[in-house]
Amino acid sequence: MTIKARTLLPALGTILLAAGCGGQTAGSAPGAIAVQAGDDACKLSTTSAPAGTIRFDITNTGSQVTEFYLYGEGDRVLSEVENIGPGLTRQLVVEVPQGGKYTTACKPGMQGDGIRGEFTVTGSASAQNGAATQAVADYKRYVDEQADQLKAGTARFAAAVKAGDVEQAKQLYASARLPWERIEPVAESFGDLDPRMDGREADLEQGQQFTGFHRLEKDLWVTGPQPDTPAIADQLLADVDQLVAQTRTVQLTPAGIANGAKELLDEVATGKVTGEEETFSHTDLWDFRANVDGAKQVVTTLRPVLSAKDPQLLAVLDQKFAAVDALLARYQVGDGFKLYTELTPEQVKELASAVDALGEPLSKTAGVVAQ
Amino acid sequence: MTGVSRRRLFGMTGAGVAIAGTAAGTGYFAASRPDETAATVPFRGPHQAGITTPAQDRMHFVAFDVTTTDRAELAALLRDWTQAAERMTAGLEAIENGAVGGRTEAPPGDTGEALDLPASALTLTIGFGPSLFDGRFGLGDRRPAALLDLPHFPADNLDPARSSGDLCVQACANDPQVAVHAVRNLARIGFGKVAVRWSQLGFGRTSTTSRAQSTPRNLFGFKDGTNNLKAEDTAELDRHVWVQPGDGPEWMSGGTYLVARRIRMHIETWDRTSLAEQEAIVGRAKGSGAPNGAAEEFDPVDLQARSPDGEFRIAADAHIRLAAPATHGGVRMLRRGYNFTDGSDGLGRLDAGLFFVCFNRDPRTQFVPVQRMLSKKDAMMEYLEHTGSAIFACPPGVPPGGHWGDSLFG
Repeated sequence: MTIKARTLLPALGTILLAAGCGGQTAGSAPGAIAVQAGDDACKLSTTSAPAGTIRFDITNTGSQVTEFYLYGEGDRVLSEVENIGPGLTRQLVVEVPQGGKYTTACKPGMQGDGIRGEFTVTGSASAQNGAATQAVADYKRYVDEQADQLKAGTARFAAAVKAGDVEQAKQLYASARLPWERIEPVAESFGDLDPRMDGREADLEQGQQFTGFHRLEKDLWVTGPQPDTPAIADQLLADVDQLVAQTRTVQLTPAGIANGAKELLDEVATGKVTGEEETFSHTDLWDFRANVDGAKQVVTTLRPVLSAKDPQLLAVLDQKFAAVDALLARYQVGDGFKLYTELTPEQVKELASAVDALGEPLSKTAGVVAQ
Repeated sequence: MTGVSRRRLFGMTGAGVAIAGTAAGTGYFAASRPDETAATVPFRGPHQAGITTPAQDRMHFVAFDVTTTDRAELAALLRDWTQAAERMTAGLEAIENGAVGGRTEAPPGDTGEALDLPASALTLTIGFGPSLFDGRFGLGDRRPAALLDLPHFPADNLDPARSSGDLCVQACANDPQVAVHAVRNLARIGFGKVAVRWSQLGFGRTSTTSRAQSTPRNLFGFKDGTNNLKAEDTAELDRHVWVQPGDGPEWMSGGTYLVARRIRMHIETWDRTSLAEQEAIVGRAKGSGAPNGAAEEFDPVDLQARSPDGEFRIAADAHIRLAAPATHGGVRMLRRGYNFTDGSDGLGRLDAGLFFVCFNRDPRTQFVPVQRMLSKKDAMMEYLEHTGSAIFACPPGVPPGGHWGDSLFG
């Protein structure tokens, strides 16, 4: 529980602002760029344009049939218009969502590399902001679903606790926490709720009351039910209600949710892979799975954005998620997992390495999304 | 001086000896020059050395459990230690003719690894832990009230094998081998009377204790200790560091309380944190060290400054806000911590962090409330784990002819 999602919400203002800047192309679509395609020259009225829909009006001022190309990096053809006869004007409309260096070429005689020139695209297009906005909406829906699941699961768990059915409650404990762990950075952004619901005993100050999931964990696994156990369960239920209500109104941002994914992996790295989170029940791998799932969900919703802005990073992320999944699958037992205490130090090390291998590239997503 | 002097091999022209000579009786910190990596820091003075001495580059800190139950034996050990400590801080062997000048049939009296090395500004500072006053040595009524058992702070994850101790010696030097040599020889002298409980090496200072020093960086990559108390602030030191007559007990007047915390930094997750986030957490710019919203490192920290959107420039949970004297009614401490790396943790991460050492006049009103607030609210705590903790009463300096145990045993 140590990770506070301070990046998730406070960044809101900045990120929206950034999106606003990037989005300026939407309203002010530029006029067409005039291209004079001669036999030995290729003159553009301007050699830069904002990202988005770019129009070229190509006039063949030479004597041969010509072509006009727009290339991306590595001579990737983005678009072309062929067979422009002398004296004719043709139009090329191309979607360039991503800012950067591009190349234009006129090819008199429709041969060879043509007469090339640099072309700069600035900013990133509203299409991408649209994708990012969509990602945020998708992720928000995920948060809402998880919040509902948390409520239902916690209610079942609390009922067993209050009925004094220790065995049943122990059965329900780890799975009740799964939705919490999936959306932990969001859940933790509501001030006092997190320490009250998910605080570990060592995180308390002297004299502070130990409440929430981990208090019940201790009651179930170590001390047995205490006189105030039912009251602690009731408090947890009330806190879940409050959390659900707060998640309904939470404002998220693309970079914010990307940071949330990074924080989920930090959680795994510092709390779960060390066995510190579930000191009494040793169900750390359930939390581990849920944290990774939550991070994966972020990448899933941001996929269109990442795929446009940094496909290589996305490929690495897919690979590293798969590696973590494969490792975790080894310790799956039915619907659940082996206990942390059943892992050998070598197995823990292997998990930790996989988490670090994923956490490092994952930490780069927020910067990419904010580009 | 007979026998092999460590300094002889270096020649006697070193500035250290000359400084030591002229500084006699003038207090130690006036004498030491931070740029003199080989200098000698006077051992005796009104306060112990190694506190306001310009922070040396390296540290070896050791805590001992006293194993003897004989008060006289403990007092005798403190005398023996004093003698060896004074020699070593002067750049000499632990005992005369130590390393090679004795009988060849006997093991050398000094371990020898510092033979060719200058004093390297070595300071040795002693402290007495709360457990020393538990009655074994008839010292129960001499325990200072300020030498409290530290409370549990939120998120503490203390390892008993890295915490507490009856005695401590802080060895600081500009050469790690000199510091290690000092601790090793004191431990050797102590066998049978004391046993090493834990020790900690520090490889880079994280604080300045003099205006002549530049601000170093901690392992988060940030300048650390910009607003530390400095040796030059003598009135502030009297107010915040040195136990004053009347504070009680009298034997501690001129002394101070040392709090040591081994703070593991989760540097891998920190390294995955955006620059903006890192700077928000610390409250300073990573490059210049300037407080957020200010231009230069030593610009005043304005806790009230707000950006145009109404947010605090130094966030409500920023480290420098929560540690600021203004947040704690003007309370300050002299920090003298070191970066450490103890290899890795078996999970592929560096076991690294900050060995925090502070000196304060009364930890009950200084270290404890500040740490309580940091543990509870500091955004940086997400990346920190306190794994060791100890508190010691450092008696006043040793007068001519006296020894480390004088004030305590009366």
